[in-house]
Amino acid sequence: MNAPADTGSPAAAAPPSGSPAPVLSVRGLSVRFVMRGGRRIAAVSDAAFDLAPGECLALVGESGCGKSVLAAALLGLLPGNARTAGSARLNAAGGTAGPDAGDGGTIELLTASEQELARTVRGRRIGLVPQSPAAHLTPVRTVRAQLEETVRELTGVRRSGARADAERAADRAAFPLDHLDRYPHQLSGGLAQRAATALALVGDAPLLLADEPTTGLDRDLVERTVDELRRHTDDGRALLMITHDLAAAERIADRVAVMYAGRIVELADAPAFFGTPGPRHPYARGLLDALPERAFRPIPGMPPELGALPDGCAFAARCDRATAACEALPVPADGVACHHPVGAPPAAPGGPTPAEATEPTGAQRSEEDGRRARTA
Amino acid sequence: MLELRDITAGYEPRTPVVRGVSLTVAAGEAVGLLGPSGCGKSTLARVAALLHRPDGGTVTLDGETVTGWRHRAPRRQRTAYGVLFQQPRLSADPRLRLGELIAEPLRAGGRRAEIADRVGELAPVVGLTDELLRRRPHEVSDGQLQRACLARALVLRPRWLICDEMTAMLDASTTAALVAVVESYRRESGAGLLAVGHDRTLLARWCDRTVRWADLTGAPAARAEAPADR
Ligand code: SF4
Repeated sequence: MNAPADTGSPAAAAPPSGSPAPVLSVRGLSVRFVMRGGRRIAAVSDAAFDLAPGECLALVGESGCGKSVLAAALLGLLPGNARTAGSARLNAAGGTAGPDAGDGGTIELLTASEQELARTVRGRRIGLVPQSPAAHLTPVRTVRAQLEETVRELTGVRRSGARADAERAADRAAFPLDHLDRYPHQLSGGLAQRAATALALVGDAPLLLADEPTTGLDRDLVERTVDELRRHTDDGRALLMITHDLAAAERIADRVAVMYAGRIVELADAPAFFGTPGPRHPYARGLLDALPERAFRPIPGMPPELGALPDGCAFAARCDRATAACEALPVPADGVACHHPVGAPPAAPGGPTPAEATEPTGAQRSEEDGRRARTA
Repeated sequence: MLELRDITAGYEPRTPVVRGVSLTVAAGEAVGLLGPSGCGKSTLARVAALLHRPDGGTVTLDGETVTGWRHRAPRRQRTAYGVLFQQPRLSADPRLRLGELIAEPLRAGGRRAEIADRVGELAPVVGLTDELLRRRPHEVSDGQLQRACLARALVLRPRWLICDEMTAMLDASTTAALVAVVESYRRESGAGLLAVGHDRTLLARWCDRTVRWADLTGAPAARAEAPADR
């Protein structure tokens, strides 16, 4: 039950001690796209997090922030012009995987061959809950036919056994068995999502990766979908949910990772993030303040282009806390990558707080102190 | 005033998705229409925007009964509307640069002389830089493209805005930014708004009043979902 070797990543990348060994350990993950003419797009930079069995991590951020690229990197589905660095280790998770899950020890996802990914990872060790189930399901085949085929592909079970396994997967995804002989276009949005989830569950993968699973769904359906995903997490799976829907993230997540301009700028426990004390990174705080149930106030400006990122903090041009210090890239510390995080950080045993460690200017410091005094 | 009375509409004659629905938006008023997806509210929005001909009922626009839809509507009625949809990629010509996309309604109306001024005026309002105006839809994010579609909807200074799930694909900050643009335009122009959506918190925050689809039709909220769902 040892934590993975420390590679100099923020302590908060890891779940609280006492959690089981992570299913997924990401360290220093970067993805660059090399464009025509040699231009480079920094889609993901230096991402680090762990994900334990039974835990849901929501990766939130606006479209184009790099969160879907990160997911594609984990699945080995990046286009040919992508270059990756860092590490993403998928560990064997004892207990949760079925006997046919191909549970073969630790795999380095970034360097695994396509053959290995196709044979042992996708579907077997990582189940993908897709963004648009309608596009993921084959229109000319019934749900049952697609489930049975996936069962045969993943487990090698023959026709008769496949039928039972397919029904079991459908049942786990709360897909009504009397709808199995329908075609995708005969399903409502909610049932199409459950059919796609059933497909993701067939291989009994210990890690589920859900990419914007609630886009375009009504609020009621969003809630049902995330509650169902939560149930699969409570069964002992790990869930990485990628979403721009903060309400969905709040409902399901144990921890939240906020991505901005390709970097994870804050990684926090969900109750602290959505409740008190709230987010500590100014971007994350701005994102929550933009919600209609909160201030409904947009963050001024737009994110920078991933092909032309500044050397320092990528949020500086939009940030009302920016100082000269922000011209240097903030290093993640205690779960937040910011020179002047909001509020007092939770008491850390020993060591300076990130805000103190950056030696703010006198004005900044007194402002910081004033803010602390007010919130104290 | 935009008045929809007893509207029946759909895509197949015998199975209308909208049945006998009435809804009125006063001049300058913002009305939210709340309902689940697939319930028919988007069809009603298209009828209101003169984009879909109803099978029954009447639409009255600023005191004038509408007799033609789409290209059969008189130009002065068509140009009274700015319309936004959920998926900017379905409503934006992929060959046009964003600047040309915004200018499209002016060009179609033979008002080329106004293009430079009007686009130059609107781009900063919706948050688009000159660099973005030169890009094509596939080179920008959904949020940036929706900003361009919003500028296009405002380019003729419409008296009515119809926003059908305008922000459903967008993050919280872009949503708040686009709603703020719509509201500041309405404050200065007095335009009325019909905002269709499924997010009751958003509509309650945005609009003067919100009507529920179920209350308009007297149908259970999830009727269109019901046959295939549990
Ligand atoms: S590092 Fe500076 S500019 Fe960046 S978010 Fe923190 S305070 Fe703002």
